[in-house]
Amino acid sequence: MQRVVFPNKILPYILVAPQIVLTIVFFFWPASQALYQSVMRENPFGLKSGFVGLANFSAVLADGSYLNSLQVTVIFSVLTALLSMGLALLLATAADRVVRGQTFYRTLLIWPYAVAPAVAGMLWLFMFNPAMGTFAYILRRNGFYWDPLLNGNHAMVLIVVAAAWKQISYNFLFFVAGLQAIPKSLIEAAAIDGARGTRRFWTIVFPLLAPTTFFLLVVNTVYAFFDTFGIIHSVTGGGPAKATETLVYKVYNDGFVNLNLGSSAAQSVILMAIVVALTAFQFRFVERRVHYG
Amino acid sequence: MRVIGLSTVAAFGALAFQAQAATELQWWHAMTGANNEMIEQIAKEFNESQSTFKVVPVFKGTYPETLNAGIAAFRSKQPPAIIQVFDAGSGTMMAAEGAIVPAMEVLQKGGFTFDKSQYMPGIVSYYSKPDGTMLSFPYNSSSPILYYNKDAFQKAGLDPNSPPKTWPEVFEAAKKIKTSGAAACGLTSTWLTWIQTENFAAWNNVAYGTNENGLGSSDVKLEINAPLYVEHFQAIADLAKDGVFRYGGRTSEAKQLFTSGECAIMTESSGGLGDIIKSGVNYGIGQLPYYEGHGPQNTIPGGASLWVFAGKSDEEYKGVAEFFNFLSQTKVQAKLHQVSGYVPVTMAAYEETKKSGFYEKNPGRETPILQMTGKAPTENSKGVRLINLPQVRDILNEEFEAMLAGQQDAKTTLDKAVERGNAAIAAAISN
Repeated sequence: MQRVVFPNKILPYILVAPQIVLTIVFFFWPASQALYQSVMRENPFGLKSGFVGLANFSAVLADGSYLNSLQVTVIFSVLTALLSMGLALLLATAADRVVRGQTFYRTLLIWPYAVAPAVAGMLWLFMFNPAMGTFAYILRRNGFYWDPLLNGNHAMVLIVVAAAWKQISYNFLFFVAGLQAIPKSLIEAAAIDGARGTRRFWTIVFPLLAPTTFFLLVVNTVYAFFDTFGIIHSVTGGGPAKATETLVYKVYNDGFVNLNLGSSAAQSVILMAIVVALTAFQFRFVERRVHYG
Repeated sequence: MRVIGLSTVAAFGALAFQAQAATELQWWHAMTGANNEMIEQIAKEFNESQSTFKVVPVFKGTYPETLNAGIAAFRSKQPPAIIQVFDAGSGTMMAAEGAIVPAMEVLQKGGFTFDKSQYMPGIVSYYSKPDGTMLSFPYNSSSPILYYNKDAFQKAGLDPNSPPKTWPEVFEAAKKIKTSGAAACGLTSTWLTWIQTENFAAWNNVAYGTNENGLGSSDVKLEINAPLYVEHFQAIADLAKDGVFRYGGRTSEAKQLFTSGECAIMTESSGGLGDIIKSGVNYGIGQLPYYEGHGPQNTIPGGASLWVFAGKSDEEYKGVAEFFNFLSQTKVQAKLHQVSGYVPVTMAAYEETKKSGFYEKNPGRETPILQMTGKAPTENSKGVRLINLPQVRDILNEEFEAMLAGQQDAKTTLDKAVERGNAAIAAAISN
């Protein structure tokens, strides 16, 4: 491979400058503010403030509701990632087999991605709200006491489904692309050797899709952690009784509803650490085992 | 892109021009729909009535979002002149002494005198300091009342023209409605916190917390695990178990359970009347229920009031004073009351509406006013003011949800709510 060398010493820096500036303004600066706030105790209006060291952190970590929201987040992320990736893979393999109207089906399946999280939340809420939802009414009519307003598990199911539904399109796109990249000759060779569809999928297609799957796993986890705020905010508001309060939702709630800025900042710093650790772990240990074709 | 750029420039140009012509006063608010139209219209009328000041209403989202926007703007030293803050946020604003100017002082700066006797006593005391200084200007005030479905009452063999008065009567009626099959559920309530604890305390004359429920001093210990509360919530929990009581959500979601005909009795804000009329339910209105031997005392206002930020120029304060004076005019108040369903702020507006025969034509519309002003408030019924009331409401909601899901009884629920609430209040005070 030929090495590309810039003859100009300054040009490369100018070229990356916009990206660096964006990162500083939108990432480093807010992150440093969060770090600063996390060691301060301040009244909401900023009239009084004082340095408290790590008191905010110890208060957060000693709080039972924080551990609860950690657990909620893990359950929610795992379920959302599994459900949306599983369904997307199923749909992608099905779409791969369709001969006619492929573009049509794909377009339809991509649509939900264009829906804003809060709107996706509202859609599912309208269907499953116990007070006015059509599906909630049908469920209750058939003897299933559906009540996400009071039953934490029902509420969790509702936000997982809404969050997964929105992410299916994205996963679907990548899986379709991944499937198309698998050489047809491999599959044909396996077919000649007598491997049936299921066997071909698990021994050839699935391992060859591993890079895509791994990439999506990271993206979906990050999505479930951070981009589902709108859904949770519009569907459950973290309730009932904190059953759907994820870490991000708790940061919002403590900061903007309870006006406890120090605690909220400390939580976002912990969240930052968790995500950094999670990503590092995934890339270091999981990626090694992934087979890149 | 270019079109957007040009129009932005034009908009800035226009703003700059107006700023020269008249002192602009930003009014941040959280009103949507018909109530938003009302705000726009009031601002327009004020702007047309004089040329020195221009009130510009800006919609900032929900009540908590508006409050947060105001706080953020204050921190970055660009607060609006006027901000609408909901009842639960009053304690937060009041605790921020350096951040606000009392409404009474603003009126005096504009050369007006504030005559307390002209205003509704229950409302003024709720928005005043212990020494009587009115801190914010009441804008939209409401009171919880009882709505009932007359058709369901008829079907269940209850008298559709006499709503139940006490809580035990309400519970009995609700059971009868459920067992007779007149409706799928007997009873529901919006805002369990505002209606079943804060107003419950005032209406039954029991303490919500120490120090006059926080009006005397910000150092408050909750007392909502007293026997009357336990009795009340245990009754609700038992009804929930049998499906007689249905929970709708933390704010006003339960309204849909009533408008859809599923629940036959509901306690809800008087401000919710518009939606109920629209739904076409054959409804009746009654007083908020009470317990014999305790109530009825008086209810406390919900809704929102207008606060004025510190650090503005004298000219701006003069403008705000002019605007508040305009708002308290009888014709403005009477219209606000009759169109929006909120309680009028001045006695004169109430008298005027009464004289016009409005209450004969619209039965039940006087109920919230009578509830609020029927008796002089006691130390239990002036209101509830906590530095972090929104947070305490959240804690209560969480515990109520666990109770209604059958995980704990009323005593445990209220004990836990008091313990968690007190810890949260102590932490907020030390901030």
